[in-house]
Amino acid sequence: MTEWRYWFSEQRGTLLAIGIFAAMFLIYATNHPAGFSVNMVQTAANKATLLAFVAMAQAIVVITAGIDLSIGMILTLTNCLASWIVVGTATETALGVIGVLGTGLACGMINGAIVIFGRLQPIVTTIATGAMYYGVALFLRPNPGGAVNETLADALTGRLLGVLPTSLVALAVAALAIWVPYSRSVVGRAAFATGSSEIAAYMSGAPIRAAKFTAYTLAGLLSAIGGLFLTFFSYTGEAAYASGNAYTLFSIAAVVLGGVSLMGGRGSAIGAIFGALAFRTIGDLLFVFDLDPLWQPLFQGLVLMLAVSIGAFGLVRVRNRLEWFG
Amino acid sequence: MSEATASRSVPRGIAMLRRLDPAVIASFGCIVLLLLLGSLYSRSFLSPEYLLQQLKVASFLGVIATGMMLVILLGQIDLSVPWVVTTGAMMACAAAAHGTAGAIVAIPFGILCGVAIGLVNGIGVAYLRIPSMIITLATNAVAQGLMVAYTGGFSPQDSASKAMRYLATGNAVPDLPNAVLVWIAIGAAAIWLLSRTTFGRAIYAIGNRERAAYLSGIDTRRVTMLAFALSGGLSAFGGVLLAGYASKAAQSMGDAYLLPSIAAVVLGGTHILGGRGSYLGTVAGVVLITLLQSILSVMQISEAGRQLIYGAVIILMLLIYGRQKD
Repeated sequence: MTEWRYWFSEQRGTLLAIGIFAAMFLIYATNHPAGFSVNMVQTAANKATLLAFVAMAQAIVVITAGIDLSIGMILTLTNCLASWIVVGTATETALGVIGVLGTGLACGMINGAIVIFGRLQPIVTTIATGAMYYGVALFLRPNPGGAVNETLADALTGRLLGVLPTSLVALAVAALAIWVPYSRSVVGRAAFATGSSEIAAYMSGAPIRAAKFTAYTLAGLLSAIGGLFLTFFSYTGEAAYASGNAYTLFSIAAVVLGGVSLMGGRGSAIGAIFGALAFRTIGDLLFVFDLDPLWQPLFQGLVLMLAVSIGAFGLVRVRNRLEWFG
Repeated sequence: MSEATASRSVPRGIAMLRRLDPAVIASFGCIVLLLLLGSLYSRSFLSPEYLLQQLKVASFLGVIATGMMLVILLGQIDLSVPWVVTTGAMMACAAAAHGTAGAIVAIPFGILCGVAIGLVNGIGVAYLRIPSMIITLATNAVAQGLMVAYTGGFSPQDSASKAMRYLATGNAVPDLPNAVLVWIAIGAAAIWLLSRTTFGRAIYAIGNRERAAYLSGIDTRRVTMLAFALSGGLSAFGGVLLAGYASKAAQSMGDAYLLPSIAAVVLGGTHILGGRGSYLGTVAGVVLITLLQSILSVMQISEAGRQLIYGAVIILMLLIYGRQKD
C-alpha cells in the first residue's frame, strides 16, 4: 500500500462524516425557505458551533476508551459562571473569560484525577461529578438571568469581513490550537494507544496516565468554550438540567456520526466536529420541511439509534464467533 | 465453591458472615451512621413512622435498582432508566383513561411498554454488539421523543388508576405500606432468580467472562437480551408506582432515578464491571441513598447544595470501597 492509502484508511471515518454533512447541508440549503444566503449560514453556524465544541470534547475522551457524561453539566456550569463574570470593561471581561476557561479546566482535571488516581469507572465518576457541577451551576443561577459583555458576544457571533461567521472561525482556531498539537504530541499518541489497547500501551512505556489526564482536562476546557459561546448566544445564564443532559447526549451522537470508535483508539476531533454539524443539520431539516417541532426529539433519537447501529454491520464479517465477545 | 465446603465445618451463622461482602457490611454501617447523625439533628429520625415512610420512598428506587442490578451484573449498564420510568408511568395513566377495561390493563400495559424498550436495548447489546452505554442512551432519546410527541410537551392530564394508587399508597397489612410489600416481593423474586435459577447463574457467568460462558454452552445473547428486557420492565413498573404515588405522570419524572439507581447498586458492593454482587447489598445501597436524600432535604439544604453533597458523597463512598482492582 502506498502512503496515502494508510492515510485514507485512518481518516475514513472523518471523511465519511464530512460527506454526510455536505449531503445534509446541500439538502438543507436548497430547501431553506429564505434561500441560500450569508445570513442563513451565519445562523446555522452559530447553532452548530456549540455542539461542535462539546463533540470535540467528547471525542478526545472517547479516543482513550473512556467517556465523559459530565460534559453537558460543565457547559451548564460555565454558562452560569460566564453570565456573572464576563461583563464590564475590556480587562474585566478578559479576566472573566480566563476565569470561565479555568473553571472548565478544573472540572476536567477533577474528572481525570478521580478516574486515574481513584481508579473509578469513567461512567460512574462523570455521572456523579456531573451532579456536582450541576449543583454549583444551580448555586450560581437559581433563576435564569445575568448578562454578558455584548460587544464581545456580538463580535463572536457575527461575521468576519461581512461573509465568514466568526463562530466558525473560532471553532477552526480551537481545532488548530488544541486538537492538532495534541494529536501530534507524545501524550496525544499515547491517548490513541491507550484507547486501542491499554495493556499494549503500558508494555510499550506510553504515558497512559498523562494521556488520560490530558484528555479529560481538554474535554473540560472545550466544554467551557462551548459554555462561553452559549452565553454569547443567549446573553443569559441558566442552570437547566434537561438541556445539559441533551448536550451530553448530542455530543455522543456527534462523536458516533463523526466516525470516532466508541471502543477507543480510532477517530479524530475533526470528524466529531463534522458529525456535530451533520447532526445539527439533520435536526434543522425538520424545520425546513415544515414538520411539527414536537417530532424533533424523536427524530434526533432515531438518527442517533441508526448511527450507532451502523457499526453492527462489521459483525457479518466476523469469521470466529468468539470475536463477538471481544 | 470453596465457601460451600467451608460452611459444613463452621457454624452456619459465622459462615454466612464470612460470605458477606465487606462492601455490604460497610453500607449497612453507613446506614446506621446516617441514622445516628440524623437523630442528633432531630429525635424523630428514629421513630417508626419516619423509618416506614423512608422505606416506602425507598421501595420505588428499590424496584428500579433491581433491574439496574441485573444489567450491571452482566457488566453492562442501562442509561435508558429516566425515560423508561416516565414512559411506564405515562402509558399506564393513558391506558387508565380508557374506562374500566383500560383501568384493568393499565399496570400490565405500562410494564409491557418498558419491556418493549428493554428488548430493543437487549437486541442492540446482545445481537448487534452495540456498547450498552450508547444504545441505552439512544433508546432513552427515542422514548423521550415518543413521549414528547404523545403529550405535546406538557404533563398529561390522565390520572393514575385506583389500582395503581392502591399499590403505591395503600396499606393491605396495617401499618405496612403496599409499596414496601411490592419491593419485598420483587426482591424475593430477584434473590430466587439470581441464586436458584440457571438464568441467574448465567448472568453472573456472563459478567465474569462472556467468552467462557459462551463456550460452556450458555446462550449468552439470549440471557443478555432477557436481562435488559427485565430491567426495562422493572423501570417501567417503578414508573407505574411513582405515578400511583403522585396520582399522575409528569415530564422528566424519571430524571431523578438514573444516578441513584446506579449508585445504589454500586454502593451495595456490586462490581461495576459485572460478575460479582449480592441483592442484599443493593437493598442496603437503596436504603442508604434514600436516607441520604431525606436527611439532606430535612436539613433544608437548597437544591444546589443537595446535588453537590450528593455527588460528592457518592464519589467519596466509591473511593473508599468501590474501587476497581487493577
